[in-house]
Amino acid sequence: MSDLRELYQEVIFDHYKTPRNCHVLDCANHQADGYNPLCGDQVTVYLKVENGVIEDLSFKGTGCAISTASASLMTEALKGKKIAEVEHLFEDFHQMVTAPDTTPHPELGKLEALAGVREFPARVKCATLAWHTLQAALKNQKKQISTE
Amino acid sequence: MNMNANILRHPAAVGPTPELKPGPGAGVIGSRNDFPILQETIGGKPLVYLDNAATTQKPQCVLAAEVAYYSHTNANVHRGVHTLSQRATDDYEAARGKIQRFINAASHKEIIFVRGATEAINLVAQSFARPRLAPGDEILISAMEHHSNIVPWQMVCAQTGAILRVVSINDSGEFEFDSYARLLGPRTRLVAVTHLSNALGSIVPVERVIELAHGRGVPVLVDGAQAISHIGVDVRALDCDFYAFSGHKIYAPTGIGALYGKAALLGAMPPYQGGGDMIRSVTFEKTEYNELPYKFEAGTPNIAGAIGLGTALDYVSAIGITAIAAHERDLLEYATGLAAGIAGLTIVGTAREKASILSFTLDGIHPHDIGTILDHEGVAIRAGHHCAMPVMQRFGIAGTARASFALYNTRAEVDALIAALAKVEEIFRR
Repeated sequence: MSDLRELYQEVIFDHYKTPRNCHVLDCANHQADGYNPLCGDQVTVYLKVENGVIEDLSFKGTGCAISTASASLMTEALKGKKIAEVEHLFEDFHQMVTAPDTTPHPELGKLEALAGVREFPARVKCATLAWHTLQAALKNQKKQISTE
Repeated sequence: MNMNANILRHPAAVGPTPELKPGPGAGVIGSRNDFPILQETIGGKPLVYLDNAATTQKPQCVLAAEVAYYSHTNANVHRGVHTLSQRATDDYEAARGKIQRFINAASHKEIIFVRGATEAINLVAQSFARPRLAPGDEILISAMEHHSNIVPWQMVCAQTGAILRVVSINDSGEFEFDSYARLLGPRTRLVAVTHLSNALGSIVPVERVIELAHGRGVPVLVDGAQAISHIGVDVRALDCDFYAFSGHKIYAPTGIGALYGKAALLGAMPPYQGGGDMIRSVTFEKTEYNELPYKFEAGTPNIAGAIGLGTALDYVSAIGITAIAAHERDLLEYATGLAAGIAGLTIVGTAREKASILSFTLDGIHPHDIGTILDHEGVAIRAGHHCAMPVMQRFGIAGTARASFALYNTRAEVDALIAALAKVEEIFRR
């Protein structure tokens, strides 16, 4: 049960049931669609980038508790961040949800709530879908990105 | 071979896993001891394997047949004069005979070994349908097909200009016969329907489907991937033109399956693939194709798999498909009754004629989350769209959680499923 409690933390449920920044962003100048064909999860990420800084971002989509909470937490974490920082954060985040070691990642702040995913390899794609979609949005990739 | 001809064993004779003994009134068919994998534990909990619609577990006799083949027989078929080659050929052809008898085909020539139902359907699409289709011709499928009975037809439509038409299903997930009768038209060249929906568990009245199609001179392919292990299949009684199934869904290894086709149709079809074994003679000017069924079996086949499939069919026949169906019906009814009592649970697929599959959603809880928590309790189910995305679209959902039953499941395992679902509720509704 401890693994499950670690995965389904209070903060995950909070962001699943009341996702933050979950709307279309009218002033967005970047956006991309992400899709996980294994489970049908879909997410669209909207960004307003000015002078290399993410001034605002949001998402819309349907997904499981992990993918929804991850998208919600991501939008909170990245508001006001420089593009250059985003890449580093994603690297750290990806390492946290995939690496076997349990080194703390204080730089990730609230995103650490998703650390429990590392015990559930089948769910890593749920946690990273929004991030991959964000990267596609930054590159202005038109084609829907897929976890597969 | 640890095969048991007793249809219902006394519960005391069932496996060493005490938690999984059947409840009163529920027999276990065959023996759980016949399936070594059922002794596995998942995170310290007994495995409760309810993902049988994805693939079934294999009895010891099937495992032994594969090992025995590679230990004592391994050689290429239809080629050598040496003893092993003859032995391999005999065993491979004996397996074909077992399939023929299992589905009551008229001749061994009507049984083509393929990788599985998917390849069987692609073979019919490319070798039967494609040469006959003209722009504007129609292929008729149903709204509850697996992707493997949709995509091969879309491909052949793209190649020929033919049109794919789809028979609707009602809110219970039942095949709408009126829609079918309406869509079966003068341009319909083939009907391809599932016998048993993998996403909903609905049984399609294929006898009536075939009768109506034949009345208008239209051939019918039945996708039996799900049905083969749950419903007795008699291709001559059905009078279907093609019947496709996979071995791994009926306790046989993966990578082997069969296509049944009426000899007259198969005989007139061009080969699906070219290569060794499917030829009679080859020169650079001209190749003569082999006779049925070898014309459709290019290259060295999955010999061990075929032998494993034959053994699996022996195993199922010894128990009896009727007894298996009755046992699974009991499990499905028991599970349906208990599931219906769970607040927020909606069963997706409530056809009057159903078999072995319980697909459901829980309000506000994604199927993947259900799957993860159930797995933590040792309960293996499928979560997602089940390779039937149009079915999910029909019901306006992204996916379902699906429990599916096999001959070795017990009522106690259904209880374990229900208890695990309570755990999902406990975690999500806190």
